[in-house]
Amino acid sequence: MPEIKELVKNLAGKHGRTRESLIPILQGVIHEERYISDEAMTEIARELDISAAQVYGTATFYSFLDTQPRGKYVIRVCRTISCAMKGKNLLTQEIEDMLKIKIGETTQNKKFSLLETNCLGWCHKGPAMLVNDDAYTDLTSEKVREIISDYMKK
Amino acid sequence: MSYSNLKRVDLIFDQDCNPKEIIKNTFAKTNDQIVNELLESGLKGRGGAGFPTALKWKYTAEQPDPDKYIICNADEGEPGTFKDREILFKVPQKVFGGMVVCAKVIGAREGFLYLRGEYRFLLPELESQLAKFHADLKDLKIDFNIKIVMGSGAYICGEESALFESMEGHRGEPRNKPPYPTISGFRSKPTVINNVETLVYAFMICMHGARKFKDLGTADSRGSKVFSISGDTPKAGIYELELGMTVEQFVDDFGDGDTKAVQVGGASGFCVPRKKFKETIIGFEGVPTGGSMMIFNSSRSMYNVLHNYLEFFEEESCGQCTPCRVGCQQLIKGIEAVKKGQRHANYLEHLQKLAQTMKITAKCGLGQSVANSFFSIVENFKEEMIY
Amino acid sequence: MSKKINLKIDGISVTVDEGTTILQAAKQLNIHIPTLCYHDDLCIAGNCRVCVVEMKGSRTLPASCAMPTSEGMEIMTNTLKVRTARKHIIDLLLSEHNAKCTTCYKNGKCELQELASESKISTESFIDLVPHKNYQMDAYSPSIIKDDSKCIRCQRCVRTCEELQHVSALSVAYKGDKMKISTFFENPMFEVVCTNCGQCVNRCPTGALVERNYLDEVWAAIYNPDKHVVVQTAPAVRVALGEDLGLESGSIVTGKMVTALRRLGFDSVLDTDFTADLTIMEEGFELLTRLKKALVDKDSSVKLPMATSCSPGWIKFIEHTYPEYLGNLSTCKSPQQMFGALAKTYYAQKRNIDPSKIVSISIMPCTAKKFEADRPEMRSSGYKDVDFVLTTRELAIMIKQAGLDFSALEESHYDSFMGASTGAAVIFGATGGVMEAALRTAYEVVTGREVPFNGLNITPVRGMDGVREASVKIEGTTADWKFLEGAELKCVVAHGLTNAKKVMDNVRDGKASYHFMEIMACPGGCIGGGGQPIPTNAEIRRKRTEAIFAEDSGMKIRKSHENPEVIAIYKEFLEKPLGHKSHELLHTHYKERARH
Repeated sequence: MPEIKELVKNLAGKHGRTRESLIPILQGVIHEERYISDEAMTEIARELDISAAQVYGTATFYSFLDTQPRGKYVIRVCRTISCAMKGKNLLTQEIEDMLKIKIGETTQNKKFSLLETNCLGWCHKGPAMLVNDDAYTDLTSEKVREIISDYMKK
Repeated sequence: MSYSNLKRVDLIFDQDCNPKEIIKNTFAKTNDQIVNELLESGLKGRGGAGFPTALKWKYTAEQPDPDKYIICNADEGEPGTFKDREILFKVPQKVFGGMVVCAKVIGAREGFLYLRGEYRFLLPELESQLAKFHADLKDLKIDFNIKIVMGSGAYICGEESALFESMEGHRGEPRNKPPYPTISGFRSKPTVINNVETLVYAFMICMHGARKFKDLGTADSRGSKVFSISGDTPKAGIYELELGMTVEQFVDDFGDGDTKAVQVGGASGFCVPRKKFKETIIGFEGVPTGGSMMIFNSSRSMYNVLHNYLEFFEEESCGQCTPCRVGCQQLIKGIEAVKKGQRHANYLEHLQKLAQTMKITAKCGLGQSVANSFFSIVENFKEEMIY
Repeated sequence: MSKKINLKIDGISVTVDEGTTILQAAKQLNIHIPTLCYHDDLCIAGNCRVCVVEMKGSRTLPASCAMPTSEGMEIMTNTLKVRTARKHIIDLLLSEHNAKCTTCYKNGKCELQELASESKISTESFIDLVPHKNYQMDAYSPSIIKDDSKCIRCQRCVRTCEELQHVSALSVAYKGDKMKISTFFENPMFEVVCTNCGQCVNRCPTGALVERNYLDEVWAAIYNPDKHVVVQTAPAVRVALGEDLGLESGSIVTGKMVTALRRLGFDSVLDTDFTADLTIMEEGFELLTRLKKALVDKDSSVKLPMATSCSPGWIKFIEHTYPEYLGNLSTCKSPQQMFGALAKTYYAQKRNIDPSKIVSISIMPCTAKKFEADRPEMRSSGYKDVDFVLTTRELAIMIKQAGLDFSALEESHYDSFMGASTGAAVIFGATGGVMEAALRTAYEVVTGREVPFNGLNITPVRGMDGVREASVKIEGTTADWKFLEGAELKCVVAHGLTNAKKVMDNVRDGKASYHFMEIMACPGGCIGGGGQPIPTNAEIRRKRTEAIFAEDSGMKIRKSHENPEVIAIYKEFLEKPLGHKSHELLHTHYKERARH
C-alpha cells in the first residue's frame, strides 16, 4: 500500500495532475504492477482530484488497463480471424497445457496470465501474441514452448 | 489465365530521400502553394473514410483560434491492417515530416502521435527518431514539437473524436458531430487528425509534387496505397500498389488459386465473393479500404469469419449508443441462433434490417460500418449461415 | 440579436436562433420527437438514438437532440425510415432490459415503457439478452436502489452526478456489451461517495435507480393498533405532491394532503414546518453566538462562515469532500430530525404516550433523509428518532393505494401541537428560503425591528442562480447586540452540489468571505429534491418555487420566532435556544468520510 502511494505520487509528478495525465498514470501503474488495484485507483483519484468511480470507469474501458490481478508476464494471444486461420487455437491450447491455466486465468505463482486480445497487427505473420509489450509472430507449437520456457526461467 | 503482377509503387518506403531537406524546401513554399499541391494531387485520407486531405488542412488553417493541433492517428486497429506499424518502423521521419508540414499550414506548434498500445514495442526507437527530428527542426529554426501518446487497447480510439477523448484522459467514446475536428478537436481546439499513411503521402507529395501521385490510380482514387495482405495467400505482407485494380486482378496476384472471397477493409469493410471479383474495383468508386485485404479460400467457413468479426465489434464498441452496443449483441446471438436452428432462416432478413438501422443510426463510424461485413457476408454466403 | 436560421421540418418552415437543435426547433412547431437520454437539465449525450430524424442530403439519420440546425436544412421526423429505425432502437433497448414491468416500482412511470407502448411493440422481435447478462442489484443503501437489469445506459444518472452534483459516485464502466453504469469498483452505493441526494433517481427514465421504499413498513405501523403513528410533512412536499396525483405543477395542496394523511390512518398529522421554525431559532442564535465570540471575544477558534445543516445530501457531501470544514456546519439537526427527537420526548410526554409505542414517519421531498434518519447520531430520544422516511412520491402511491380521490378531498388543518407553521418555515423548501427565514428572525432579534425589505421579502437571496450573494447591513441594534452595530452580514446561497463546491472552493482559497452560507444539495432546493415527483426541469422547479412563496405570503405569521408553538415549547420544555435540552435533542455532530 505505501509503495502504491509512492508509485502513484511519482507518476503524477512525472505526468502531471490534470485529467490528461490519467491514462499515462494508469499505464505507469500497469507497467510496474501489471494491474491497477482499487488502492492504486483511490490514490490516483486523490492525486488528480477526480472521483474514484471516474478512474475506474476510464480504466475499465481499455483492455490493457487491467483491474484484476495479473501475473508478471501477461500473454495476449491474438484472436482475430487471420490468426485463427493459422492455428491460434492450437497455440492457446499449448500455452494452457504448459501453464495449467485457462484463458483469463493467472498461474498460482503469479508469474503468467493468459488472455486473448483483438488484432495485434501481425496478420501476415500469424498466429501472433504479446508477452507484456513484446510481440511474437509466426508462432508454432515448438516456438511457443520455447518462448514460454524462456520466460519461466526468468 | 494470369495477369501480370499489379503495379508496385515505392513512394512510402522509398529511403532515397532526405526528410530534413524536404521540410526545408516545403517551408520555403507558401501555405497556399502547399494546400494547392495537395488538392491537385487528389490525396484522400488513407484511414478508410477518404476525406480530401487538402481540405481538412485548409479548413483547419482558416480557423482563427491561435491554438491548433496536428495529430497523427497511429491507432491502427482494424483487423487485418498492419501497414502503419511498418511505416512507423521503417520511415518514421516521413511521418514526422508530414506532421510538421501540416503544422506549418494550419499554424500548430504542437503535434501528437497516438500510438496504439499493441505497438508499444516501437516506442523506444520512435522516441529516438523523434529526438533526431526535433534536432533537425531546431537546425531549421522551426518551432514545432511532437509528443507520442500511448493508447491502451481500444479499437474505437481510432475514431478521431474518441481518440481526442482518450488523449484528454477519458473513456474513448466518440463525440457528437458536428462540430468536426477542424473546428473543435483535441482540447476543443481546431485539429487536423490524419492517419500515418496519409501524412507520409502528403510529405511525399511535397517532395515530388502532385504529378507523380496524381498520375497513379483513377479519377476517384488517386495515387497508390499501402495494402496489408493476409489470410490464404502465399504472399502475405505489406505492398504499396497503384489504386484502381479490380479484386480479380488482386486475387490473381495474391490469391492461392482457390480464393473464395476477399474481405476488403477489415472487419468494418466489405466481403467480395468470387462472382463479384471482376466487377469490383478496390478504391473509393468500389470498395474503399484502409488497406486491410484478407483472402479466404474455399476451405474457410464464412460463418466463422462473420462470427469472428461480430465478436470483435461486440467487444470493441464503446457501448454508449444503442444501435451499436445492443445491435452487435443481437447480430451475433442472431446468427448463432439461426445456425443452431433455434431461429428460422428468415430471421437473417430481420437481422439485415437491423444492420441497416445500425448503419444509419449509430453515433460513429464503428457502429455504422458493422453492417458492411454483415450484409456482404450474409448476402453472398447465406447457405453457410444456415447450414 | 443572434443569427437566425431558416429550416423546414416535415414541410413546415420555421425560423430559429443559431445554435438551436433540431429537437428544439421541432418543439417550436409542436412536433414531438421521442427522447430517452436527453434531459433538459443535462448536457447532450446523443447516445440512445431514439430521437433520430431524416435529414435531406444525409446518408445517416442524425440524433435530433445533438444536431444543430443549419440554414436550408430539411428535416423529416415521421418517415418510414425513421419509424423503422426508432422501433428497432426501442426494441434493442427492450432486449437488454429486464422488462418485468408489472412488478417494477416504476411501472406506469417508465419512459421506456411509454415509448414501447407508443411504438406498439407487442412481441419482442430480438433475442432476449437478459439471461446472458450478469446483472447486479444493489439494495444496500437505505436511500437508493440500483438495479442494473433495468438500466438502458442513457447515462442521465452519470451526467447528473457529475454535472449537477460534482460527486461522480456513478460512472460509465467497461465497454461494448459489458458497458455498464457503475460505482467505484462496483461497490455498493452505500459505501461510496454517493450523497443519497436522489437526483439520479429523479432523472432515471426507467426503474434502474429508484428510492428504497418503506410503504409496507408504514402501512404495517398504521394497521398496528398498539402503535401511535405520527407523521410530519416537509415544506416542499405540499407544492409538489399534486403533480403525482393529476394536478398541475405548482399546485398548493397543503389542506388536501393533511386530509389524505388523516384518511390514510395516521394518528397525528403534524408539520415539519414547526421544527423548521425551531431550526431558525436554534441556528439563528448559533450564528449570533458565533459572531459574538468572533467579534467581541476575539475567539479565533470560532468557525465562520457558518453553514446550514438541513440538507442531508449536503452534509454527506461536505463530510466526504471538505471534512476540514465540518466545524463550520451548524450543529443544528435538520428539521426532520429535530421533529423526530421531539416526537418521542416532548410530544410523548405532553400526550402521555409511551415513546416506544410511537412510530415516527416523515414525508420528505428527499431520498437523503432516509439515510439521515438511519444515522447512528439520530437516536437522541433514546429511540430511532424518525422511524421511516417516505418521499413525496411514496405518499402519492399510498394515497392511490387507499383509493382516495385526491383532488376531491376537502382541506383540513394540521393537528396541534407541533403542527403550527409560519411563512418562514414554508420557504425552507426553496433555495434561499432558510437564509431568508433566518434573516427575518436574526435581524429582528438584534435590532428589534423587522428586516428592512419590502413585505419581508428578501429578494436578493431568492431566484435560481446557482450561487447568490447578499449582504445585510445591521443598524440600530439593541443593547445586547451593540457589537453588531454597523456590521455587514455577508451571506451566500447555493443549490446543487456543483454550486456548493464553487462556494466552498472560494471559501477555502480565501476568495470569498461570508458569515452565513445556505447550501442545499438539490437544484432549486428541496422543491427540486430527489424524492419529488418525476419529471423535473427548470420550469417545474420554478412553478413549485412560486407556489412556496405564494404560500408564504398568504400566511398570517411569517417569522419563525412568532410561531406560537415555538414560543410554547421554549416555555414548557426547551427553556431557551441553545439551552441544555436543545443541545441534547436538537443538535448533532458530523463525521469525516473518505473523499475517494
